[in-house]
Amino acid sequence: MGEEKEEEKKEEKKEPKEKIKIALYWAATCGGCDIATLDIDEKILDVVNIADIVLWPVAMDFKYEDVEKMEPKSIDVCLFNGAVRNSEHEEIAKMLREKSKVMIAFGSCACFGGIPGLGNVANREQIFKVAYKDTPSTVNPEFVTPQTEMMTNGGEKLTLPDFWDTVKTLDQTVDVDYYVPGCPPTVDRVLDAVGILAKYAETGELPPKGAVVAFDKNLCDECERKRDEEKKIKRIYRPHELKEIDPEKCLLDQGILCMGLATRGGCGARCINANMPCRGCYGPSPEIKDHGAAVLSAIASILGVEDETEMIDVGTPEEVEELLNQVKDPLGTFYRFTLPGSMLKRVIIKPEKEGGA
Amino acid sequence: MATEKKNFEPLIVGITCNWCTYAAADLAGTSRLKYPPNIRLIRVMCSSRIHPSFILYSFARGADGVFIGGCHPGECHYIDGNYKALRRIELLRRMLDQFGIEPERLRLEWCSAAEGAKFAREVTDFTAKLKELGPSPLRSE
Ligand code: SF4
Ligand code: SF4
Ligand code: SF4
Ligand code: FES
Repeated sequence: MGEEKEEEKKEEKKEPKEKIKIALYWAATCGGCDIATLDIDEKILDVVNIADIVLWPVAMDFKYEDVEKMEPKSIDVCLFNGAVRNSEHEEIAKMLREKSKVMIAFGSCACFGGIPGLGNVANREQIFKVAYKDTPSTVNPEFVTPQTEMMTNGGEKLTLPDFWDTVKTLDQTVDVDYYVPGCPPTVDRVLDAVGILAKYAETGELPPKGAVVAFDKNLCDECERKRDEEKKIKRIYRPHELKEIDPEKCLLDQGILCMGLATRGGCGARCINANMPCRGCYGPSPEIKDHGAAVLSAIASILGVEDETEMIDVGTPEEVEELLNQVKDPLGTFYRFTLPGSMLKRVIIKPEKEGGA
Repeated sequence: MATEKKNFEPLIVGITCNWCTYAAADLAGTSRLKYPPNIRLIRVMCSSRIHPSFILYSFARGADGVFIGGCHPGECHYIDGNYKALRRIELLRRMLDQFGIEPERLRLEWCSAAEGAKFAREVTDFTAKLKELGPSPLRSE
């Protein structure tokens, strides 16, 4: 099997076609997605065999000007990781979109907003206050914060990107052709993406627009744990609260909030295999528009109350209140990776009395 | 702002189950009971059919309030649909609060097919409460 594959590859290499041009870019990111790309190890050489890299800030030295000078659509594929949270991200996203035939949102941040997207529970003012004032390691009595423009003593104008109140997904900024979810995408799915590139280099064929490089099923379908189909959970535990977590039994059945039931499969259940619940990084299952609402719905319906049918008719029974109180921070839990891409996109912040932007 | 509030007519999306609250609304109509015209009713088969995303979508599209109606506990035609609805709505109200949307903008009521008067009363009361609250914070966005 392995040998066969090797041979196929050699054949591919025999007749090198004209190489495709690819760009890899990072916006509001942790860098993990670029590392995930390097995690494909020696297969990265396959990429180099079929593609010339024209921009990759994490690994190679290119200037934005070099890209700016390129003709429209002269890059074949752009792999864009990270969310869009400042004016520079937006500018480069638009530039790369113009220069690229295919735009791929790579990683959960680009696809749904990801972890940086949780910044949408606050606005710029609040984030600056924490980052440049309130953190214990910060000494900044004058509360100096980044300015978009300043003049040096030499009369030179220096500029910085404008930090926004709201984090956006890549497809809220530019048109996106394909999505590779995951925080970061797993090696197998990165290889699938490379496969798409290879096929494109070879034949010019591409998958249908909007395709997601993952599975078209829930994570639960991929998970091998035994589960109770009629499940009712009466108490919610955080993983550290349990002495032991049964590695064979569905985590939800053990009272641990696992988001597998509304999360897209494709990661190989990597957290579940490490005996940790799914936090939802692959985003909503196919056909689901709002990840948080779907998880909320699923979790709420399996929370169990004793003698439910005897519930009083008015208001919400105490038992239900108590059970729901165990779900700490529903917004942060259910939208951990998808807040900017959700229906409400962000938390509404009432303007302070003192004014401010 | 004050004048804005006075003339403000809240937009309410009502999603009610076929067997009870929708029937109650019908009865309110045929009995010529008066209630404010602010509510737009959508009929579903059971309150458990109301996915939280319907409610979020309503708010995202500018609803000032969402009214959910189902059968009284013990009377759901699909046995336990309304218990599920109750838990979902309660959890969603907590989450709406985190989103900066007043949880009172989402209301759940049980009205049987015979309770046309109750339906009219609840809608009247909800409309008045929403007038007090003012336009949804998402409307101005
Ligand atoms: S998706 Fe995850 S790994 Fe990739 S940049 Fe975002 S936070 Fe980092
Ligand atoms: S809820 Fe989690 S643990 Fe249970 S089957 Fe689904 S993915 Fe597996
Ligand atoms: S189990 Fe869930 S959180 Fe973990 S990698 Fe898979 S999708 Fe992401
Ligand atoms: S049928 Fe009315 S709530 Fe289920």
